[in-house]
Amino acid sequence: MSINRTSLIQIWTVLYLAAALVLSGCAKKEEPKVPFKIGGIFAITGPASFLGEPERNSMELLAEQINEKGGINGHAIDLVIYDTEGDATKAVLNATKLIEKDNVLAIVGPSRSGTTLAVVPIVEKAQVPLLSCAASVKITTPVKKWVFKTPQTDVMAVAKIYEYMKAQGIKTIAILTVGNAFGDSGRQQLIQQAPDYGFQVVADERFGPKDTDMTPQLTKIRSLRPGAIVCWGTNPGPAVVAKNMRQLGIRIPLYQSHGVASKKFIELAGEAANGIVLPTGKISVTKNLPDSDPQKATLMKYITDYEAKYNSAVSGFGGYAWDGLQILAQALEKAGNDRAKIRDEIEKLTNYVGVSGIFRFSPQDHNGLTKEEAFVMVKIANGDWQVIQ
Amino acid sequence: MNRVLRYKSFQVGSFGLLLALVPLLVTNRYYLTVMVFIGIHTLLVVGLNLLMGYAGQISLGHAAFFGLGAYTSGILTTTYHVSPWPAMVAAVVLTVTVALLVGIPALKLTGYYLAMATLGFGIIIHICFKELVWLTGGPSGLVGIPTLGIGKIMLDEPKAYYCLVWVATTAAIALSLNIVDSRVGRALRAIHDSESAAGASGISTSRLKIWVFAVSAVYASVAGSLYAHFITFISPSSFDFMFSVKLVTMVVVGGMASIWGAVFGAATLTVLPEVLTTFHDYDIVLFGLILMVVMIFMPQGLTRGALDIWDKYRFQRQRSLLVNR
Repeated sequence: MSINRTSLIQIWTVLYLAAALVLSGCAKKEEPKVPFKIGGIFAITGPASFLGEPERNSMELLAEQINEKGGINGHAIDLVIYDTEGDATKAVLNATKLIEKDNVLAIVGPSRSGTTLAVVPIVEKAQVPLLSCAASVKITTPVKKWVFKTPQTDVMAVAKIYEYMKAQGIKTIAILTVGNAFGDSGRQQLIQQAPDYGFQVVADERFGPKDTDMTPQLTKIRSLRPGAIVCWGTNPGPAVVAKNMRQLGIRIPLYQSHGVASKKFIELAGEAANGIVLPTGKISVTKNLPDSDPQKATLMKYITDYEAKYNSAVSGFGGYAWDGLQILAQALEKAGNDRAKIRDEIEKLTNYVGVSGIFRFSPQDHNGLTKEEAFVMVKIANGDWQVIQ
Repeated sequence: MNRVLRYKSFQVGSFGLLLALVPLLVTNRYYLTVMVFIGIHTLLVVGLNLLMGYAGQISLGHAAFFGLGAYTSGILTTTYHVSPWPAMVAAVVLTVTVALLVGIPALKLTGYYLAMATLGFGIIIHICFKELVWLTGGPSGLVGIPTLGIGKIMLDEPKAYYCLVWVATTAAIALSLNIVDSRVGRALRAIHDSESAAGASGISTSRLKIWVFAVSAVYASVAGSLYAHFITFISPSSFDFMFSVKLVTMVVVGGMASIWGAVFGAATLTVLPEVLTTFHDYDIVLFGLILMVVMIFMPQGLTRGALDIWDKYRFQRQRSLLVNR
């Protein structure tokens, strides 16, 4: 009995299919593994773009480097980044989109404290790890299960300045803060921590973010004769304060916050910047750090890589996102694609040497930084930073 | 029941039915969240359209009423532990009071002067949100606003909140449709065309203008409360001058003097930026371009523009039928 032609074709088809299945099964091992999807939400445009743009750049730079090396355990990193424009409504939409539509494993960002506080309830409910790049203490105190943050807090900055001022024998202080979230948070800490160091706050003055003349506040402060003035703000206000003090001939020592720890401030304040003391993250003074500093190598690498790729000067802000993704990468290496395990691994991380400091997370501390490592005190002299030992 | 009324209840009814279908078909929380924001924006824009589109009085400070609603709800529920629903009522009362205090002198002005007055009012309220740190939490915002609940059921899922927001918005649309087709609505349009002529025909123009100003403030206040309880965090930057401008844009893009236009305008301006995120850095450029094209080719807004295109098409078809015959 001969097998007719159609059934022969059928037999061959089955055989081919079986072979293809076996072969594809073997070949699958050599195909790249499923990429790890990571979300980013930054204020890339809008009033806080000075934060969001370097943050996005740093995150893309690091993802590229990790992927060039073959990814994490063979998994490439796939970034999905959205722009909040610094707006709370947009941030909420972006976070929901990342979690529900893009199905990311974890989120880095948002850039601002307000937008971070708006997305916290969402990540807590959806149980997605969040590594915020915003400054406010409220983000990690009280500790929230799924929320971590990488930047230094104002608590540490204030403590660092106060420690130094106390050593200088100062008893009374006047504070001058800007009317935005940064100045507001700083003001609260300055008032709250003053009694701990035995300081008396004799004046509590504020100025608007766009004000161009602070002589009324300074004249009032001068009449109260404080031992020092602490100004808390972001450019350009603090530079105006420095200039106005020179014009009025006020010789009270002036302390500034880490909000102005950039070359821009020295440019804006010019001659008046000399003699000002402020705390800053180590990134602004990398080249002046001793070689023994544990962070120096990390900082040098970050700065050279960033400046080579984007051809623009580095700022401390990008480092927040860089640290965020580094921490996440270390957690992913151990946890794989499981959100709960990633969270646990981040909490266990105790020795990551980053741009903003050395991170030691714990169930009680989701920021993981200490003021000794996160900040150095610097004095401006001849238009450059001088590290105070 | 007369024909107009039946037609109107048919419109609202089918709109409501369409909305009721959404949560059955859409389960993704992201799309539902977008729908919640469209609902809140629609509520705001329907109110503003009564004032701008029908009565012809511009307001560049509408974000302030939105903010007053949000902050009153937020402060009462967090600092003073009032339960959310009475807080919402208190917010409406406060907002109406402020609207009357501002409206009585400001609505004596017209045109650019009224625009300037409302703009100033919006900025003052925004500064208050920022500077009254002890009350509003200042620039860092107000955290921990509770979500709304009905009895023991908490509306903390986007799906439940979607239902709440759109019930409120549909009610507002139905109310507005009734207002514009009533005697009051005709009087408002008369004021828009000529205030003196309206006055001469016996309409109390100043009283009516203040009344519609207060009504649109109520809409904004309710929208603000709903917003605050949904995202549970508010900060002054959500209620700034740019947001007022965005609302005016929604009214104009959707179509002045059209309730359904307000719905279109709010939906378009909420969804468009979300869709455009796929174009990364070019999304803002494209957004601007689309708005420009809409305004050049459909100066009456999307609703009127779409109807015009439809009429033109019908006219041409009828003509070609006549020619061919």
